Amino acid sequence: MAPRRVAVSGLGVISALGHDVASFWNALTGGRPGIGPITSVDVSNIRFQNGAEVRDYDPAQHFEPARADLLDRFAQFALIAARQAIRDSGIVFTPELSQRTAIVTGSSVGGQSTQDAQFLEVYGRHSPRVHPLTIPRIMPNAGASHISMEFGVSGPAFTVSTACASSNHAIGQAFWMVRDGAAEVAIAGGSETPFSFGFLKAWEAMRVVAPDTCRPFSRDRHGLILGEGAAMLVLEPLERARARGAPVYAEIVGFGMSSDAGHITTPSTDGPARAMLAALRDGDINAEAVGYINAHGTGTANNDSTETRAIRQVFGAHAERLAVSSTKSMHGHALGAAGALEAVATVLALRHATLPPTANFTTPDPECNLDVVPNQPRRAEVEYALSNAFAFGGLNAVLAFRRPDRKG
Amino acid sequence: MSDELAEKVQSVIAASKRIPRERVSLDSTLEDLGLDSLDRLNLLFALENDFNISIPDEEAKSVRTVREMVEGVRKLVTGASGATSAA
Repeated sequence: MAPRRVAVSGLGVISALGHDVASFWNALTGGRPGIGPITSVDVSNIRFQNGAEVRDYDPAQHFEPARADLLDRFAQFALIAARQAIRDSGIVFTPELSQRTAIVTGSSVGGQSTQDAQFLEVYGRHSPRVHPLTIPRIMPNAGASHISMEFGVSGPAFTVSTACASSNHAIGQAFWMVRDGAAEVAIAGGSETPFSFGFLKAWEAMRVVAPDTCRPFSRDRHGLILGEGAAMLVLEPLERARARGAPVYAEIVGFGMSSDAGHITTPSTDGPARAMLAALRDGDINAEAVGYINAHGTGTANNDSTETRAIRQVFGAHAERLAVSSTKSMHGHALGAAGALEAVATVLALRHATLPPTANFTTPDPECNLDVVPNQPRRAEVEYALSNAFAFGGLNAVLAFRRPDRKG
Repeated sequence: MSDELAEKVQSVIAASKRIPRERVSLDSTLEDLGLDSLDRLNLLFALENDFNISIPDEEAKSVRTVREMVEGVRKLVTGASGATSAA
């Protein structure tokens, strides 16, 4: 089968910026961060106090009590985002289509809050047992499994775990499956809920979390801000989406991967650069045609300067004409869900010809001398955009998107 | 007493990086001793445990030499009551 053009025809998001796509996009283009004091965990004995939490969330509004018992918070978010994306796409799963639909999700740590609470029972309280649903709640594939069960989608389904690149790897695999005909439709994205005491202590020990807020590319940046949430995208052949009158938010046109083969936590320039080049090559895209990059942009000293060098290495003189922003400044670093949230941000930037800014930016850094769209959104017709994700462990994944055709 | 503290910090550095104690002098830089970013995290973890202190991120970042690390630990040990609010 000849490669098919692949459309993004449905979107779903739950994040610190709100519980749906509209609130996500409004906050992003308003430059309004969802970062504030962490309330779901007692952080009085943790060196950082701020995070990007999903606020005003009531599981009872989304799940019957018996169902909620089965679902860690991360799987709940995965389901909520998938419901939105499927409804948005208007897709109807006939028995034939169900078997030809793939689900690929990303998660770095799965049901972390369940693990934390249940292990506390045996280690801390010396309880003789943990809850019998501990394993099915913790498993990082729980999101994919529950999506498949709720919608009766019975094609290939799996979960990718590559730390902060998880959902870019997931969306990229799903894209390739649809492009090559291994699946007719795919539901792809990621989900993460890192706010549990033990996991926050582990991040404290890494000393990369900012005490204030996330200021990517700004000279006074002090690290990342952890975020939670989920985002899902419906992918299907462009012709199919058009034929049934579905929304076409953008095309997904390229996917590139690489590994640094270097240090377990310090990023290289070469690995990310090769992943960007691979995405361009995969989509047969001229570097000069790229107008926007949604950066990995974590706000750590190392990432942002290294990513700047990698972008300059790939784009040369064209780097001067590229807009590069980090929306982590607003939705936080959602780890295994980061790529999915940022894919939605990138797709909407193309669709609405509006680039979300890098919020919380105060002072230019010579080490990060790119056009980072500081603080204010920008109107810009962009044909191609990249979305970067570079994981601890040196595993890099880059997605390339193209704006929807103006007509038809 | 102060020498005792300096001696202990240097021993912790040597043990943490798995290098001979005699390689660690007050004038060594952590870079000279081959500590990368993860080695620094391991060292801070060991110092926090051995001295029962909490070392703030920003102060940890600015340390370049063994002497600076000794003085930083000394400050936290002697002012231990104030250290926990440093976050």
